[in-house]
Amino acid sequence: MTTLAVSPLLSESVGDFTKPSIEYFDLSPLLIIIGVALAGVIVEAFVPRRLRYVVQTLVAVVGTIAALVMTVFVALGLEPRGDNAGFGAIAAEGAIAVDGPTVFLWGTILVLTLISVFLFAERHLEGGVTAFAGQAAALPGTEAEREASTKGLEHTEVFPLMMFAVAGMLLFPASNDLITMFVALEILSLPLYLLCGLARRRRLLSQEAALKYFMLGAFSSGFFLYGIALVYGYAGSMNLGDIAEAVSGTIGADPLLLGGIGLLAVGLLFKVGAAPFHAWTPDVYQGAPTAVTAFMAACTKVAAFGALLRLFYVGFGAARWDWTPMIWVVAILTMATGCVLALTQSDIKRMLAYSSIAHAGFILTGFVGLNAVATPGTAELTSLQAVLFYLVTYGFMTIGAFAVVTVVRDSSGEATHLSRWSGLGKESPFVAGVFAFFLLGMAGIPLTSGFTGKWAVFTSAWQGGAWPLVVVAALLSAVAAFFYIRVIVLMYFSDPVGEGPTVVMPSVLTTIVIAVGFAATVALGVVPGPVLDLAAHAGQFVR
Amino acid sequence: MTSSSASLFPRLAEEGGHAVPVIHQVPADGVFALLWVIIALPALGAAIILLGGGNRTKGFAHLLGCATVLGSFAISLVSFFALLGRDETDRSVGQFLWTWVDAGSFRADMALLYDPLSALFLLLITGVGSLIHLYSIGYMEHDERRARFFGYLNLFVAAMLMLVLSDNYLGVFLGWEGVGLASYLLIGFWQHKPSAAVAAKKAFVVNRVGDIGMALGTMLVFATFGTVAFAPVSEVAGEAPTATMTALGLLFLLAACGKSAQVPLQSWLLDAMEGPTPVSALIHAATMVTAGVYLVVRSNFIYDYTEVAQTAVVVVGTVTLLWGAIIGCAKDDIKKALAGSTMSQIGYMMLAAGLGPYGYAFAIFHLLTHGFFKANMFLGAGSVMHAMNDDVDMRHYGALQKAVPVTFLTFAMGYLAIIGFPGFSGFWSKDKIIEASFGESTLVGLCALVGAGITAFYMTRVMLMTFFGQKRWEEGVHPHESPKIMTVPLIVLAALSVLGGLLLFGDFVTDWLTPAVGAVAHHELAFAPWVFSLIVTVVVAVGVTIAWLTVGRNEVPRTAPQNVSFVTRAARADLYGDALNEELLMRPGDRFVTGLVGFDDKGVDGVVNGTGTAFAGMSGTFRKLQTGYVRSYALSVLSGAVLVVVALLAVNLT
Repeated sequence: MTTLAVSPLLSESVGDFTKPSIEYFDLSPLLIIIGVALAGVIVEAFVPRRLRYVVQTLVAVVGTIAALVMTVFVALGLEPRGDNAGFGAIAAEGAIAVDGPTVFLWGTILVLTLISVFLFAERHLEGGVTAFAGQAAALPGTEAEREASTKGLEHTEVFPLMMFAVAGMLLFPASNDLITMFVALEILSLPLYLLCGLARRRRLLSQEAALKYFMLGAFSSGFFLYGIALVYGYAGSMNLGDIAEAVSGTIGADPLLLGGIGLLAVGLLFKVGAAPFHAWTPDVYQGAPTAVTAFMAACTKVAAFGALLRLFYVGFGAARWDWTPMIWVVAILTMATGCVLALTQSDIKRMLAYSSIAHAGFILTGFVGLNAVATPGTAELTSLQAVLFYLVTYGFMTIGAFAVVTVVRDSSGEATHLSRWSGLGKESPFVAGVFAFFLLGMAGIPLTSGFTGKWAVFTSAWQGGAWPLVVVAALLSAVAAFFYIRVIVLMYFSDPVGEGPTVVMPSVLTTIVIAVGFAATVALGVVPGPVLDLAAHAGQFVR
Repeated sequence: MTSSSASLFPRLAEEGGHAVPVIHQVPADGVFALLWVIIALPALGAAIILLGGGNRTKGFAHLLGCATVLGSFAISLVSFFALLGRDETDRSVGQFLWTWVDAGSFRADMALLYDPLSALFLLLITGVGSLIHLYSIGYMEHDERRARFFGYLNLFVAAMLMLVLSDNYLGVFLGWEGVGLASYLLIGFWQHKPSAAVAAKKAFVVNRVGDIGMALGTMLVFATFGTVAFAPVSEVAGEAPTATMTALGLLFLLAACGKSAQVPLQSWLLDAMEGPTPVSALIHAATMVTAGVYLVVRSNFIYDYTEVAQTAVVVVGTVTLLWGAIIGCAKDDIKKALAGSTMSQIGYMMLAAGLGPYGYAFAIFHLLTHGFFKANMFLGAGSVMHAMNDDVDMRHYGALQKAVPVTFLTFAMGYLAIIGFPGFSGFWSKDKIIEASFGESTLVGLCALVGAGITAFYMTRVMLMTFFGQKRWEEGVHPHESPKIMTVPLIVLAALSVLGGLLLFGDFVTDWLTPAVGAVAHHELAFAPWVFSLIVTVVVAVGVTIAWLTVGRNEVPRTAPQNVSFVTRAARADLYGDALNEELLMRPGDRFVTGLVGFDDKGVDGVVNGTGTAFAGMSGTFRKLQTGYVRSYALSVLSGAVLVVVALLAVNLT
């Protein structure tokens, strides 16, 4: 009886509740990665210490591969949608857009993650332990730290942390409303803050980097959140499609919208490391364990640019003329800052950090090129395609270069000071040659992927009428060549200082990373066609 | 000279009669199907030697290196005769290899274009290249990194062949960067010498400036025509706006200035002599430095539509031919004297190329003869250095004609060719350029004529200081003739220096190039051509005489005299080219960078913390604050955010 009495009441109070429909298949890569991260936590709790390293590595690798396979299946199953040359679907009740660019970025992030896992798992270089702190809670220079070190402790939590970050990175460029985007931003950032502070060597520097990154990241998140509030006030919705409708429906600019665009841009430009929001980059890249730096430099940038593209092309596409001048200024400032300040760096990781800032500027150049939204269905090289391609080339070069940094060492760990690199060409012609190749790639010499990537973004920018920007970019890329060449000259034409650097033979893991980075840089330089095609097939963002 | 002398360049006003050639490609069949092999052979050689490692390939690297280039030469030769047997209209052979980049409407093929122009270049590159490879076997015999040297040389040849065989600007750019890289590696080959490392870096950096022109030019070609291939561009070139053509012409001129060491990007070539001498002969005299001339001549369908850019090419060429010649007069280092001369001779080619249809063919003709006699003289200089224990100072030479007779005789052939002694190859080619430039404008013609006189002076000076006069040898130097492997290439090149003029026999070279660059146009000249030849010969004789009076009759001091005229001092300092670069480019750049770094380190931090503290404590504060505090970073984020928002509002709400 009681049940009878209660049930109408219940049904009435819940109203017309319908179960949210979740497209499990479309979201499977994301769900797998979250599952892997959670599994990692459980492993940490229940698997005996001596087995954890192996189990965690396996879980991460297998999980990433599974997600990658599912990404391929999702990509094959995408349906054409709407009339704007895009295909894919809006999933999870409008919160996530699984479309061509999303899937392309997912694939890129997952492949880069896979090789980053190998870097994380490298144990050969530190004499049998990973490059992460033995016991993060132990204060640097204390007895506890020495004890952890002698016991050979290591933190295998880095794998689940990394996987949580990857989950955030997958969600970030796919999010179709502002709140999801914000949540993704935080999911990807928080584990990274932590990972940055876990270096085994130079722990104070590493912890300082983590704290700086955290504080500045929180600061910029504040801007992003405030921007969301302003845009919501303007459009009355968080959904990018609704925002786009509101934007195209109004005539004349609204301060609420402009303020919102500006503040959202700050949050995203901070993540991609564009000037003047770049200040954290060199410090954090230098302090973080190099494996984390590689992962962060490649994957975060891919994810953040994906989100930037989606937000501005989908949400604010109609207000393009309002925000383009701002991006012009930021692009020029970013390229100039990166190229010019890199000239005087004396630390290899800092130099690569400034170089990554410069690359962010080059990508922004492509971003303001031919707008993908404004010219649907044309066969031209769209900026979306160019940027996607550049991100792939950049990701592989960056991880490869940082992987090389991990193997050049002296008694105090990695020899990151540039003076320690002099004469490396004599010590190890092979490693120096590979590194020189990555540098030439970053400088954009033909037959490397850096050239084709630059070519793509410059062409799309030029076609979009941004030719002054291209001229500036070409001039600055010549400046950039200086500091890359400086390192090559140092490695080959200078005599070693003191003992000179030594190249430690890494295990097969790091070797694979360097080889993959190298192969991708060559392949994308000589036959970029397939990947460019793939980027073209990604089509447009859907709403 | 034309009758209307009101304008400086009367031709520019009366253009129109000349038909700009359009490239019609026919598919590659028969021997032309092997075109790709010409590039692939040296590329393969480079790959085997460089990837195989110096030690494993030590035994056969030099043989492999020579064999690949000789193979390419054989195919080039066969192809040349096959092309010769074709109708004039069928002489542009295209070979499609694969699609390099295909993205939407942007498409660039890896495809080759074999036409009369590239045919001549192929012969020059592979022919002279083979001789220099052979010579290097002897020259580099005692160098333990000889295998690597041959690897780099092969790499260079492959890239240079790519440059001249590509059918589109993107492919040219690929070769362009490739030869730049090889040149960089070879200049710095003796990396134990700091001067070589610095010279290599300088060459790379200066060339990057030129490369910007190449990259932007290629992009502008694509933006304008929707393709980067020569054939379609040449078809529609006439329809493009003149302003675009001018921009293109100037961008490619910038590129050419970098690669061909033309003023204002000339400074790297003299330093590039730090490389081994065969490198100077092959790359920095005969082939790579002429790539700029190739680019201008190949882009004739662009330059023919823009008078401004053509004028700019003429001005650059004229300035450089005098600039290089003056530098050549004051150098005591035999290779640097020759380098100045190279600069000057390329100036002649640029000048001719800038004359448009009046000069394209002669530019290429002079390029070929120069390739012969300059390679000959560089290798001769190498042979002399070999005899003198690698001493390059001509003040330590003297009276060598007996000690190294073969070198002396072959060098003398090159010498007679370059000064334009009647009958020798240089006579024919330089004469034509001077004649054509008089048709352009009297001023340019006079400059070219004076240049010929100066050339005669400094080359005679080199000749006299090296082979005649008193012995001024260092102690313990016993000059000896070089081995056969080095003298045979010298003899072949000497023969070519003498006979190269035969290319003009029956107007062969100009007719041959017509499909690629258009028919040669002729000016109405004030005098008959033979009068010009006579005037040039007289000027040359004057130059030789002055050299004999000043250098030949007096004893050459063993150390360079210091109380010399301002002109000599300026010429010794490369006409202050480096000082100029430093003052105009490097210093402001340095200051700018230092300033920016200072601002980043101090300015941003200082604003936050420095304002409150007393001025006295300022410096101490700065020192403490040199590493970035989060608060200052946060401030920069905040100010950036304010900037972004204010900029957005300001742009849109006013």
